[in-house]
Amino acid sequence: MSATISMGQRLRPGSATILRGILLAGLAILAMLPVLNRLPPESALYVSDFVVSVSGKWICYAILALAIDLAWGYAGILSLGHGAFFALGGYAIGMHLMRMIGPRGVYGHPVLPDFMVFLGYTELPWTWWGFSSFPFAFAMALVVPGLLAGVVGYLAFRSRITGVYLSIITQAMTYALMLAFFRNDMGFGGNNGFTDFKELLGMPLNTSGARALLFYAALIALGGALLLCAHLTRSKLGRVLVAVRDAESRVRFLGYDTVRVKLTVFVLSAMLAGLAGALYTPLVGIINPGEFSPGNSIEAVVWVAVGGRGTLVGALVGAFSVNAIKTWLTSFAPDLWLFVLGGLFVAVTLFLPRGIVGLLHKGDGK
Amino acid sequence: MLRSLLVLLLLLAAPARAQDAFTDALRGLGGNFQSQAEAVEKLGALGDPRALPLLQALAEGRLVKTADGTVQLREGDAGEPVRINNRVRVALRGALGRLQLLSPVEAERAAAADGLFRSRSPENIPLLEDALGRESSPAVRERMALALAASRLAAPQEGVKRQGILVLAEGGSAVARGLLLEARAAHPALAPEIDAAIAAIDRRLMLKTAAETAFQGLSLGSVLLLAALGLAVTFGVMGVINMAHGEMVMLGAYTTVMVQEALRGIPALAPLSLPLSVPAAFLVTAAVGVALERGLIRHLYGRPLETLLMTFGVGMIIQQAVRLIFGAQNREVLSPAWMQGTLSLPGGIEITQNRLWIILFALAVLGITIAAIRFTRFGLEMRAVVQNRRIAATMGIRTGRVDAMTFAFGSGIAGMAGVAVSQIDNVSPNLGTGYIIDSFMVVVFGGVGSLAGTMIGAFTLGIVNKMLEPWAGAVLAKIAVLVGIMLFIQRRPKGLFALKGRAAEP
Repeated sequence: MSATISMGQRLRPGSATILRGILLAGLAILAMLPVLNRLPPESALYVSDFVVSVSGKWICYAILALAIDLAWGYAGILSLGHGAFFALGGYAIGMHLMRMIGPRGVYGHPVLPDFMVFLGYTELPWTWWGFSSFPFAFAMALVVPGLLAGVVGYLAFRSRITGVYLSIITQAMTYALMLAFFRNDMGFGGNNGFTDFKELLGMPLNTSGARALLFYAALIALGGALLLCAHLTRSKLGRVLVAVRDAESRVRFLGYDTVRVKLTVFVLSAMLAGLAGALYTPLVGIINPGEFSPGNSIEAVVWVAVGGRGTLVGALVGAFSVNAIKTWLTSFAPDLWLFVLGGLFVAVTLFLPRGIVGLLHKGDGK
Repeated sequence: MLRSLLVLLLLLAAPARAQDAFTDALRGLGGNFQSQAEAVEKLGALGDPRALPLLQALAEGRLVKTADGTVQLREGDAGEPVRINNRVRVALRGALGRLQLLSPVEAERAAAADGLFRSRSPENIPLLEDALGRESSPAVRERMALALAASRLAAPQEGVKRQGILVLAEGGSAVARGLLLEARAAHPALAPEIDAAIAAIDRRLMLKTAAETAFQGLSLGSVLLLAALGLAVTFGVMGVINMAHGEMVMLGAYTTVMVQEALRGIPALAPLSLPLSVPAAFLVTAAVGVALERGLIRHLYGRPLETLLMTFGVGMIIQQAVRLIFGAQNREVLSPAWMQGTLSLPGGIEITQNRLWIILFALAVLGITIAAIRFTRFGLEMRAVVQNRRIAATMGIRTGRVDAMTFAFGSGIAGMAGVAVSQIDNVSPNLGTGYIIDSFMVVVFGGVGSLAGTMIGAFTLGIVNKMLEPWAGAVLAKIAVLVGIMLFIQRRPKGLFALKGRAAEP
């Protein structure tokens, strides 16, 4: 099975250096964008607001891709529900941002967000308790996805649900959450979700300064996530993960608690996805139940597949390149985009099982 | 002018004896209030249908006196309308109800019975008894019986009341229940009888709700069965996850649209478009399935996760292609006449015909599938490949061909599911998306590789879903079912009907 495409770390001589160079150069260019945005518009190096916010979005997607890669590329857990963890993180911060609107809403209610006034709420539901505090909301953005992944993962791994079964279960999970969040009586804004945010930590959003700060926050988070994943995959746990991916029964027979190993990485991966979502909501200025749609999750899986799973750089390469194509194509030929995306699914699985980064690997790539 | 002439002609044409009584009574309408009320009552008692338009005109102030002392319908603004007082109005209400009860139009009789049910006056008992004796339509009879029972309940004599209670208990509708509750408060003496009657009604109503829920569950289950059956074949037999399966269902539905449009111009074949769509959809989706298997999936055997991703991409491409060719809006599929309408079963249970047909269709498709696997050469080869691919190959079975045929078969079943779905759901490019997750749940729940498991899984999920819906809402019911499946596979990870064997996981 997956042993036929074992994802070793053996690269062609010099490839590792090239990859690291590309990675550092890419991150450096990204870090320059908000600075170039401050130049006068006539300047040749000027970068528009649009480019800054779009690349900020891509950074969040890259963190999500890293999370998926950690679970799929290293532990062989193909989750088709990571979009749900991402969205839950986004909703947690979104709830804080809604509380921060205060009396500036359309209805001017001192406490309740507009949609609650509209739906006839008289007080905040208990689920909103504590979300006026930023540290609490931020913690929830990590804890809630982690808890959900813990419960689903424990139930699934314990009864040895693996492979496609796990994929289907996680897809059903995000589907169920999407249906739930589309409901108005859940108290999470129904199908409109949250938007019209005003400020975060006392800083008014929607200014180029705030955008730059959020952008850097996302970039630092990406760097941190990258370092964490690099450390993790090189540790002993990382080696066990790859072993579980390639021959789970054998690892179990050797005495490892594979359930705990898989659960650890799955929860960590979900929290990483939650972090990505938490950074995404203030940057984009909206979060709605559409983020839970199964299509979103599977699209994120394709970023990793295109970039090259089982390598951390691959996840980043995939997230940035596929989203670059998407942004470019949807602006002038939106009808074509789904053909291209579908084609990517087919082409990558058939011809490029190790993704773009796999081209640099030793061997013929088969 | 023409209408009054018509009335006169009718008067002349009527038999002499009846004419006398009728015209006599008619004359009274022009007298004082006292004689008016008497005349109205008399006309109502006579039951002559010709009186109906005149009495209606009287009630609406469209009747005028003529020079010879009788009355006629008013034309334009000519003459002073005949005036009436409250006493006449009361008499009119009763007489009109009686006359309508004998009207030749079925809908009018039913409406009159409902009116008498609401007025609940014991004076109407003989009238209703009489009308019930003549009535031939069962639906109207039922309403009249209810009105009669309600009138009897309002009668002063206890014996008559008891009669009414018994009839109401047998009828067993929610309205009758309300009526009995009302009567119980008013007549404590009859409480034991009324309580028994209410209990009987409650049993009936519960049975009716249970039967209707079961039917809706079976109906949802049969759609799930159709959608999941093809999946059970490809997933269960070949171990291939086909995420484009929902799109196969969608292609089947669009084939139905195409066949219907192609046959619209041919009157002889147009009513047969739906039956003809079944083989057409099977062939179209089977062809797409073969192309998909031979062209793409074949290269990915043994790599289920990659197959999943790739088929998802193929599904996206098919969906977008259909969207560009046919447009994103819903397409209309007409139901043939024999599938429309509802079927009334005893006990007030109503069943929509098209759902009934879909249940039968699903069972037929299941039967054909089982027969094909059990009794045909292809089925034998397929089972051999499932049991041991290599040994099957050494016995001379062309496993590649069997794979292609199996995939074509599974896709074809999905296409036939699309024909059924087109009858109850909107035909749009993203039709398949809604079915794919549910179908996978059915297969996982029922046990991979077991068609009986698929059937039981589909019907169980359908019925459980519909049972939860009344108190949890459609969305929460769906979520509860998903959570339930998660917990269920804790106990039985391989589903309800696991294939027995000693093969270790790869």
